[in-house]
Amino acid sequence: MEDWKTNRSVFWTLATPGTFWLVLFFLVPLAFLFVLSFSDKAIIDGQMSINDYDYFTGISNYLRSLNSDIISIFMRTIWWSFLATLACLLIAYPIAFGICFAPEKWRPLLLMLIVLPFWINLLIRTYALIAVLRTQGVINSALGFAGLGPFEILGTSFAVIFGLVYVYMPFMVLPLYATIERLDKSFLEASLDLGGTQFQTFRNITLPLTMPGIVTGVVLVFIPCLGTFLTSELLGGTSSWMIGNVIQNQFGPANDWPFGSALSLLLMYATFGVLALRSLLQRNSKGVDV
Amino acid sequence: MAELLKPGQGPLDYGKRRWLQAVFAVTLFVLYLPIFVLIAYSFNVQNRSGVWKGFTLENYAKAWNNSDLMSALLNSLTIAFISTIFATIIGAMIAVLLWRFRFPGKPAYEGAMALPIVIPEICMGVAMLLFYARTGMMTGMTHLSWPFNLGTIIIAHIAFCFPFVAVVVRSRLVGFNRQLEEASKDLGASEWQTFTRILIPYMMPGLIAGALLAFTLSLDDFVITFFTSGPETVTFPVKIYSMVKTGVKFEVNAASTILILITVVATVIAMKFQAPEQSGH
Repeated sequence: MEDWKTNRSVFWTLATPGTFWLVLFFLVPLAFLFVLSFSDKAIIDGQMSINDYDYFTGISNYLRSLNSDIISIFMRTIWWSFLATLACLLIAYPIAFGICFAPEKWRPLLLMLIVLPFWINLLIRTYALIAVLRTQGVINSALGFAGLGPFEILGTSFAVIFGLVYVYMPFMVLPLYATIERLDKSFLEASLDLGGTQFQTFRNITLPLTMPGIVTGVVLVFIPCLGTFLTSELLGGTSSWMIGNVIQNQFGPANDWPFGSALSLLLMYATFGVLALRSLLQRNSKGVDV
Repeated sequence: MAELLKPGQGPLDYGKRRWLQAVFAVTLFVLYLPIFVLIAYSFNVQNRSGVWKGFTLENYAKAWNNSDLMSALLNSLTIAFISTIFATIIGAMIAVLLWRFRFPGKPAYEGAMALPIVIPEICMGVAMLLFYARTGMMTGMTHLSWPFNLGTIIIAHIAFCFPFVAVVVRSRLVGFNRQLEEASKDLGASEWQTFTRILIPYMMPGLIAGALLAFTLSLDDFVITFFTSGPETVTFPVKIYSMVKTGVKFEVNAASTILILITVVATVIAMKFQAPEQSGH
């Protein structure tokens, strides 16, 4: 690697477009969001203005988010994200494990089968779920043949969590696959040879060594779950709003952008908190790095 | 001892465990069922209750003749195409920059480059909406003629796509033998000649994989597009969103099926290009 001073013209040519784009069309908009979160709508002639603001009026927007409704939506978002992440982990671990121990020529195909749906448009996948879950949908028709149902699935919290698992599962499979693949199988053989049971081997050898993959997978699923708005909007009802829906509402129908900005920043801080926790866990673990 | 075990019963033959295979099969079934139902219903005769009424291609004809839907699809493809070109060029330059140079503040710079990848889409969406609204770009750009009225969406798509391209291209560059570059310069090639004749051919698989990734990311995106599209510019996901909210229409299934086909083909090609790179390490 050479020092940037050895070839300044090349350095600046390469650096300028990307830096310019990132600063102007990403960091500056975030700064706008930050400023607006400390602002209020301007009062002109005793009337609240629609789109003029008084900047830097204080932290009133943040105080408003301490409202019990907002707190309970935040709690629900975290709880549902947690449940969806846990379900993803419990399903994805055996899948990643199975792919890693499948015959070598099958592995890329099996992995691709799991990951392929992830590339299909999020909206289309969610729309596809509606057709399966709705009252006259495929699941209820199948249950109908068995003489059960029909059940109202759409609009429930189950539908939203199911949707989250459905949409974000590949994010969990990939990092798990990457760590289990690189796991030194002779450790497992040694443990089994020395009389460890399958369960002991899993708990004492496999699990600790694949912990970094688990942590990465959990982070990759948990973060987008926190920011969900489409899945809860289409599969849940108004009673299953997550924080993303509140933010969308503030920037849409409710037209209270300063409050929406404060909520978005809180969501971003929560994301950074999760990432910080991840690097802390990663530093302490001694397993296979992802 | 091991020879006495039947195949599939070895302690490490997890791939042959029935329960693992069952979990795998059930998961695949659940993953693909909704998609296949969607595709199957695109051939269904239109009816209110949404039960199977018979095979038809009418929905495809309807989708084709629905000018709103088609212009939305054309918009989405145009956005993806233009964003991909810019994101690939910018992302590749950043990848070369980070691969080649040491400079003060590099970890912070890399962290900032990773931000668009990690922050929730909705945060980026509302930030861009706010930015466009306050700078007047939203009203300014959406009144331009096609395709410039898509500018707000394209700018946002480039911003979240190019860091992904940079990651992909950089992982390709890791395997590059720097002596090739030195040899080229020793033999009298200029910086530009070395770049175009040595580095770019080496980067090519990474560039193609990165470009296809950017293309699918752009085509895939709903949230950021939703917030950055003006009142009159409708993209495919936004159009479907409004159609979904008004009830089941099988022409949506038909159009979705076409989009799924495009995405799957692009993804399979991208994976083909990425495969040799992974085995090269």
